[in-house]
Amino acid sequence: MRIAAAGDGALIVELSGSIDPEANRRALALKQRLEARWPGLRDVVVAYGALAIYFDPLACDVHRLEDELRALGDDPPPPAMAPAPRLVDVPVRYGGADGPDLSGIARRAGLPESEVIALHAGVVYRVHALGFVAGFAYMASVDARIAFPRRETPRPRVPAGSVAIAAGQTGIYPIATPGGWHLIGRTDVRPWDSLRSTPSMFEVGDAVRFHPVEGG
Amino acid sequence: MAHFEVVRPGALTTVQDLGRWGWQSSGVQVAGPMDAYSHRLANRLAGNVEATAALEVTLTGPVLRAHGAMTCAIAGAAFVVEVEGREVEASAGFELPDGATLRLGVRRAGARTTLAVRGGFDVPATFGSRATCVVGRMGPFGGRAVKAGDALAVADRPRVTLPAGRPLVLPPGGARVRVMMGPDEWRFDGAAVRRLLEARFVVSPQSDRMGYRLDGEPLPATRRADMLSSPTPMGTIQVTPSGQPILLMADRPTTGGYPRIATVITADLPFAGQLAPGEWIEFAACTRAEALEALRMQEAALAGDAC
Repeated sequence: MRIAAAGDGALIVELSGSIDPEANRRALALKQRLEARWPGLRDVVVAYGALAIYFDPLACDVHRLEDELRALGDDPPPPAMAPAPRLVDVPVRYGGADGPDLSGIARRAGLPESEVIALHAGVVYRVHALGFVAGFAYMASVDARIAFPRRETPRPRVPAGSVAIAAGQTGIYPIATPGGWHLIGRTDVRPWDSLRSTPSMFEVGDAVRFHPVEGG
Repeated sequence: MAHFEVVRPGALTTVQDLGRWGWQSSGVQVAGPMDAYSHRLANRLAGNVEATAALEVTLTGPVLRAHGAMTCAIAGAAFVVEVEGREVEASAGFELPDGATLRLGVRRAGARTTLAVRGGFDVPATFGSRATCVVGRMGPFGGRAVKAGDALAVADRPRVTLPAGRPLVLPPGGARVRVMMGPDEWRFDGAAVRRLLEARFVVSPQSDRMGYRLDGEPLPATRRADMLSSPTPMGTIQVTPSGQPILLMADRPTTGGYPRIATVITADLPFAGQLAPGEWIEFAACTRAEALEALRMQEAALAGDAC
């Protein structure tokens, strides 16, 4: 476990620097136990195998917080802390105008488009982090045969609902934004809806499965 | 109900409170003021609690018409304040009669000023906050800056008496701010750290409330650039693969994928928040103890305690 200051108001705890479901589970368990014991924290944010702890610099005893983090981190979480993940199902219209990069990915992978779709829809992904914009979930891991780096040049505008892949990860753009991932399809699910009782459809730890549906 | 009518909006005028905390796990940006010290001071001067929603004015001031009499205060960047065309001394708060026109005119120092009004702006809260995040389209007016014709309702609340201390002293042309190294200092070699702490950078024109791109001689390449997105507090200095530092500010995304070489301390963030494109910035390393001492002194100055 590496604990590093991010200024005087935050600590970053890194359990793993790679896409590692076990480290992500441990980071989530650490967040839950920390929030139960330190009610005055401003925010605790999990991303992959890391978490950020935000606090009031003048009200928090950082040395005590670090000791507590080390003690909690060395102590494996009890089984009750790791419930079976929620499974979220996402219907996707792959290819065509909805997924303008599908053909290029297929060409680079040396596979027919149908095989790229089958590979993308054939994995149950884990949500490792949310970020970029409200509701954007980073999901992993995409099959190595279709894992390519981000586009050289980001698009100035990616339509909302676009399903995209890059660097071994997949995600859904909640709103129209600039974006550098490869667009392979589109969905009608809304990852973020501020009028829902739970605005974000996804949270860290969720299991997500995509399945192809016909266009229109 | 008393309200301000926006006659001219200025370059970028947004409603802000102290930020939308607690939603970063869903990817929601915190937003809030670029200069939290001045936001808190303006509210104290206006007779509000510190977190009350106020207007953050950027670079060029707005013209507002008061519908109903109001008590206002400003803090932060020094603007010439005119009521009905006459310059007023605004540093200790000022009264606006019903129907009066308020104009923030020539800017003399700093980039952003907070205009607070007694009672605060009565705009709907989104996820517990009235902060505007333009890039995330979150907050009042659907997350946009105010525009001509908008009506900004003012809440009717009794005066809250809090002592109000000194305004920030803004150095002209730029600022030297203190940083704590890390959290990713280990990803950089000594030459990059030295360059960061010895060079003078210029806030590029591609800078906004999300962050400042810093022009200057690039930092040497990182040893370990292959990192996953990780949380990014306000004040984080990220370094892109080309060696350009980016100082993340109020509307920063909750996570970022570039290594974080250092983080501006809380006490110096307001000075960073007062920089305009074209102005310089330098960084000096400090310890946590020094950062906390600076913050204690600043809190005392805000509350008007002698020190």
